Amino acid sequence: MDFDPLLLSRIQFALNISFHILFPTITIGLCWLLLFFRIRFTQTRDIEWEYAYYFWVKIFALTFALGVVSGITMSFQFGTNWPGFMEKAGNIAGPMLGYEVLTAFFLEASFLSIMLFGKNRVSNKVHLLATSVVAVGTSMSAFWILSLNSWMQTPDGYTVIDGVIHIENWMEIIFNPSFPYRFAHMLTASLLTASFLIAGISAWRARKKVDGPATWKVIRTGVFLAAILAPVQILIGDLHGLNSLEHQPAKVAAIEGVWHTQQGAPLTLFGIPDEEKQTTHYAVKIPKLASLILTHELEGEIKGLSDFVGEHPPVTPVFWAFRIMVVVGLLMMLVAWFCSYMIFRQKTLKDFSLRILSWMTFSGWVAVLAGWYVTEIGRQPWIVTGILRTSDVVADHSGGTVLTTLVAYSILYAGLLVSYVLTLRYMSTKKARSLMAMQERQKIDQLDGAR
Amino acid sequence: MDWLPIFFVSVMGFALLMYTILDGYDLGIGILLPLASDSERDEMIATIGPFWDANETWIVLGIGVLLMAFPMAHGLVLTSLYMPVAVMLIALTLRGVAFDFRVKAKTEFKSTWTWLFFIGSIAASMAQGWMLGSYVMGLRDTPLSLAFSIAISLMLPCLYIMHGVAWLLVKTDGDLYYKAARWGRLFIAPLGLGLFLISIATPIASAEIAEKWFSLPEAIGLLPIPITVAMAYLVALWVLRSPKILAADYGWIVFIALIVICVMSTLGLGYSIFPDVVIGKLTIWEAAASRDSLKFAFVGTVIAVPCIFIYTVFIYRVFAGKIKMLSYES
Repeated sequence: MDFDPLLLSRIQFALNISFHILFPTITIGLCWLLLFFRIRFTQTRDIEWEYAYYFWVKIFALTFALGVVSGITMSFQFGTNWPGFMEKAGNIAGPMLGYEVLTAFFLEASFLSIMLFGKNRVSNKVHLLATSVVAVGTSMSAFWILSLNSWMQTPDGYTVIDGVIHIENWMEIIFNPSFPYRFAHMLTASLLTASFLIAGISAWRARKKVDGPATWKVIRTGVFLAAILAPVQILIGDLHGLNSLEHQPAKVAAIEGVWHTQQGAPLTLFGIPDEEKQTTHYAVKIPKLASLILTHELEGEIKGLSDFVGEHPPVTPVFWAFRIMVVVGLLMMLVAWFCSYMIFRQKTLKDFSLRILSWMTFSGWVAVLAGWYVTEIGRQPWIVTGILRTSDVVADHSGGTVLTTLVAYSILYAGLLVSYVLTLRYMSTKKARSLMAMQERQKIDQLDGAR
Repeated sequence: MDWLPIFFVSVMGFALLMYTILDGYDLGIGILLPLASDSERDEMIATIGPFWDANETWIVLGIGVLLMAFPMAHGLVLTSLYMPVAVMLIALTLRGVAFDFRVKAKTEFKSTWTWLFFIGSIAASMAQGWMLGSYVMGLRDTPLSLAFSIAISLMLPCLYIMHGVAWLLVKTDGDLYYKAARWGRLFIAPLGLGLFLISIATPIASAEIAEKWFSLPEAIGLLPIPITVAMAYLVALWVLRSPKILAADYGWIVFIALIVICVMSTLGLGYSIFPDVVIGKLTIWEAAASRDSLKFAFVGTVIAVPCIFIYTVFIYRVFAGKIKMLSYES
């Protein structure tokens, strides 16, 4: 049988990057939350904050480990499957990935051990410092990776000499046009994901009656943070969209399902895009809204896909992924607002709200994955927009070779994902520290009473 | 002549040397696990708990420098080593997470994760040996190169096991300390044999390397390398076999001896390969990124690497001393 190694390599990379992104998405945000717990503990000396810290630092460590190992895989796969990318764009991609390792990777990996095991070996001050170093490290990691990714989306500051990309201006490369938006969008997404994760798991713990005061501190932290950040994220997303329209109009056309250039383009809420017939079946449209959102003018012009023949991404996955991201994002906002309101009104959450929160535990993952599919599939057929095509940089392995590794990775990742979720579930069933202590006391009291 | 590629190839060599020493010991401990009892396993894993994550980062730095300074070679080397790289990555993944899952998942899964930790450790070590072997052979696909790769993929795990032993001698006391010494006496012989055979086989298998080593006057200048390796080996052997020295808690000498062996082997290997980055195919200057890129990378590297070194030392100091059972909150 013949397999297309390009397609298989793309699937393999997509698989790896999808698996990988799940974990940094949590750790980037979660680490700032851990720092918050740590600071609250230092300020108030309320032991519950420390309980919260140690419950979540364990989950952080597990998540971090998964992120590290899947990240190592990625750094090798550039070479094993996409050597052309390193040959043509290595002058830019190399140093940026190198800087990530130098400025972030070691920091995180080294100081994490103090967060985990350092309590009795260093002072609270050093411990606090270690936590902040790891938080800065994870975000620094995101900085370099997103900068490179953004450069691949909206390249700037380079020249091409004999087919190889050379540096013109590092500042323009690092702070390329889409970078600030993408970086802000991702950091916020990460904080939102972490907020829902901590609130969701804690809500689940509350429903299982293994909660303590620490659990509730965590729920409130997660819910309030999400309530603030969700609308901010929508604003950043809007700005990001405007930026894409300017630099990657083909992507936006695919997102909106705009087939032909038009003024006053309607917003297609839902529908089934048909690339062959260049139309969207069963489309539900709101007149002029797409133009309004994207150009902030009712009669603004949006370029259609027919202007980019052979240079626009596949429409269906981009179209759908975008809608999934938006729907999940809106849902997150509504839930966060609802739960915040309930907390203000009742001082606590009832079973109904707790149930919704625990359903939403991994909602951030769905939105982030969908968002990345929009941006990455939306970049195709380019690996570096306008300069380098994905099909030109792939390694010439046989289809069978790539298929073998693809199957192996798939099994591995499926197994790890299941183990991860099950382990989180198991860790969450453990009784909260203060609950345990209380039950101990009650037992002793009962014994005393009996005597 | 542009010196930047020389600088970066040295940094890469340094990173990979650090990797073999540091991740070497935690891979070695992974391989030794089946020999230990349940409680000893916990203790062994506790010795690497605060360190393994950063240890593993050295290979990322090594590959990062390759990526950053020699993008051409990155593609060439890694495409040729496609399968062993995939095996290594899957194995490293298993090992890295098994370590965490082992203590966090339900108790009934603990032994499964222990086994996955073992399998990941040994498979990663063997895959690395394989990669090293075919790299030294110039990434050629000949029967000779194949045999050489197999030989190194058997030798490297022995080296890592010895690192693991040495680490246990540094970090533990009591029964486990003596058990580690016993394991050391068991595995030091195959390591010696492996080192010896590979030293002989390398020049036979590779004409390029033979020429570099056996022409005068270089041969005389190079003599200290094999002599130092041999002496370090004998010192390690002596310590492991002497109950008195072991009882006086001088087991850490084995670790130093192994570091000496690694440093010398790296120097020897570097000399064999230089100035190529892929033997017979690509020199470091041909593979190098543009000068502007290297300059940018240089600034970051000279600032960051010493910092990394300093805080690595700091972390090792914080967690210095013989272990008591590590737990998260105490």
